[in-house]
Amino acid sequence: MTLRIALIGLGKMGLSHYAIINSHPDVNLVAVCDSSGYMLDVLNKYVGIKCYTDYKKLLSEEKPDAVLIATPSRFHGEMVKAALDLNIHVFCEKPFCLDLAQGQRLVELAESKGLVNQVGYHYRFVGAFQEMKRLVDAGVIGRIHHVRAEAYGPVVLKPKGSTWRTSKNEGGGCLYDYACHGIDLVNYIVGRPDAVGGTVLNKVFSRDVEDEVYSTFFYADGKTGQIAANWSDESYRKMSTKVSVWGSNGKIAADRQEVQIYLRDGTNQMPNLNKGWNTRYTTELTDEVWYYLRGEEYSAQIDHFVQSIKAGRNDTRSTFRSALETDLVAAMMIKDGESSHVDVGSMTQTMVMPTKKVGGLGFINKLLS
Amino acid sequence: MERILFGDNQFFGVNHMSEEKARAQAMKFQDIKAVIDVLDAAYDEGIKVFMCTTHERIGEVCDHMRADPERYKDFQFYPCMPYAHKYANAATELGILEALRSFLPEEGAFNVMLKGGMSLATKDVEGIGQLLIDAEMKMFQGLQTPVIFLQNVVTDLLLGLGFKEAFRIFADHVKNKYNAEPGFITMNMPKLLDVLEELGIEKPIVCSNINKIGFRMCGGIDTYETAIAGRNFRPVAMSVFASGAISPKEALEYVCKQKKIESIVFGASSRQNIRQTKQLIDQFLPTECGTF
Repeated sequence: MTLRIALIGLGKMGLSHYAIINSHPDVNLVAVCDSSGYMLDVLNKYVGIKCYTDYKKLLSEEKPDAVLIATPSRFHGEMVKAALDLNIHVFCEKPFCLDLAQGQRLVELAESKGLVNQVGYHYRFVGAFQEMKRLVDAGVIGRIHHVRAEAYGPVVLKPKGSTWRTSKNEGGGCLYDYACHGIDLVNYIVGRPDAVGGTVLNKVFSRDVEDEVYSTFFYADGKTGQIAANWSDESYRKMSTKVSVWGSNGKIAADRQEVQIYLRDGTNQMPNLNKGWNTRYTTELTDEVWYYLRGEEYSAQIDHFVQSIKAGRNDTRSTFRSALETDLVAAMMIKDGESSHVDVGSMTQTMVMPTKKVGGLGFINKLLS
Repeated sequence: MERILFGDNQFFGVNHMSEEKARAQAMKFQDIKAVIDVLDAAYDEGIKVFMCTTHERIGEVCDHMRADPERYKDFQFYPCMPYAHKYANAATELGILEALRSFLPEEGAFNVMLKGGMSLATKDVEGIGQLLIDAEMKMFQGLQTPVIFLQNVVTDLLLGLGFKEAFRIFADHVKNKYNAEPGFITMNMPKLLDVLEELGIEKPIVCSNINKIGFRMCGGIDTYETAIAGRNFRPVAMSVFASGAISPKEALEYVCKQKKIESIVFGASSRQNIRQTKQLIDQFLPTECGTF
């Protein structure tokens, strides 16, 4: 069975998806849609693909089996809905949907219609993170008490730039672009936090959006987490994401290249895991893909989507529902970031303040008042 | 083509096994002198080709080579363009078109500017392509660049898009303007060969991962081995050690058994490693690899 798939959005991710879907042996890419006439003209002229500027027209005329949506985030909601209404399976780029209520409705719509739904959290398809999840789920490091996700890279390095990624109400900013990957990995590996606190959403160079994001996650069972993301860090060549998990029997740290496992007690463990350090490399953790561009995970997630449709399986590894949980945590962080902090001034009331003595607390009090 | 090519991943913090190792290497080679010392070691060991990304730091290496033409009279660069992260990061910040525009030449002759503007306006992809190639080649002026490669991320993007014309544009411009042979780096070698054949690019130079464990050899190791043995192209093997997953001896023995491979590219950070690797290649090649 050859699936007929359409693509909406021809930015960086859209072009990358184009190349990958177009090479998939089970897929026929039937049409693309973008608002930029330039990109469409070039593709139409040199590649001969059918082009639309109106996605609704594309969906109704082409009636594809599935659609890939890689537009700026603020368009996701209406486009996903239009596709689901026409019973079209949907792969949507991350973040899923900026409006939580709308996101919830889309999750329910997709599930009630039994349509395959997936969001482009490609790190779920990186061999090292899958291995980390497998080991955590198997209880190799015991009871988890802390998780840390970090994402650093060089995107905004000077005060300029004005694409949708640098516009707050379009889903731009380091939170949605970088931190969401970290949040999603935390959700994937140890579960969604029940509360967040101490969130920092700071600007370094951007005028309208945050360039660095830090937050603490709290879980009902007592475990905690931390996230750090900074897209103004030039010391990284490209986006670099790392997750570390601490448990009662050790620690696991994973990035795209390797998994490092430290076990306090090596007995009764899985085969090939010893007490102390163990390392697994990407070369042994990565499954071969039929087509490689930028990383196996980009191809693997598309193939997963395609195979899910073919098998009529709508519990993909990165569903709308799981992506909505990621959006939810991001929204909690925004709300938390706006709330007040405990400042030094508020502490003076709890301190005993002798008023007339020189030095000591009187001096501190004077400083703080 | 030279049979042993010296690669540059180690200089720029690229390591497919470990981010920590990559960072340690980036620190080690922060000073361009450290890079040049290793290149000198390779050159003195008889490796005359530096196959390098058009990373801006390579410009400093080029300056060094230009300043001493006698010492480096046999030294050749095989540039690999573009340095893709430069474009990818700019595209995230600026959008694709603005990013492209930002890399087109600003300075220089008025007509270059005009051509750039016209190209964008008239969708003259060939003109834009030529300008981008020229921008990447600028740092190599006056140096020997007999082979010029298109980086895999671009090759494979164009291959996936089915944008075949771009390969012809690249090949023609590299031949006509730089009197060089075009090369293509890819992670999807068998598929690329189909397209290059279709375009009539004869006996193309194609660089791809070729290693004993089939790491990043899309289409499978068997398809690769069959292609190397039977198809009409000039294979260059990279990632022969699969980022260290295979021991040097085993890795090179395997690659050298693929009889039609024309060149092997490898990177190393010390004279000792360079010498060892070269000795292994020399040991396996003369008897087993007839076509070198």
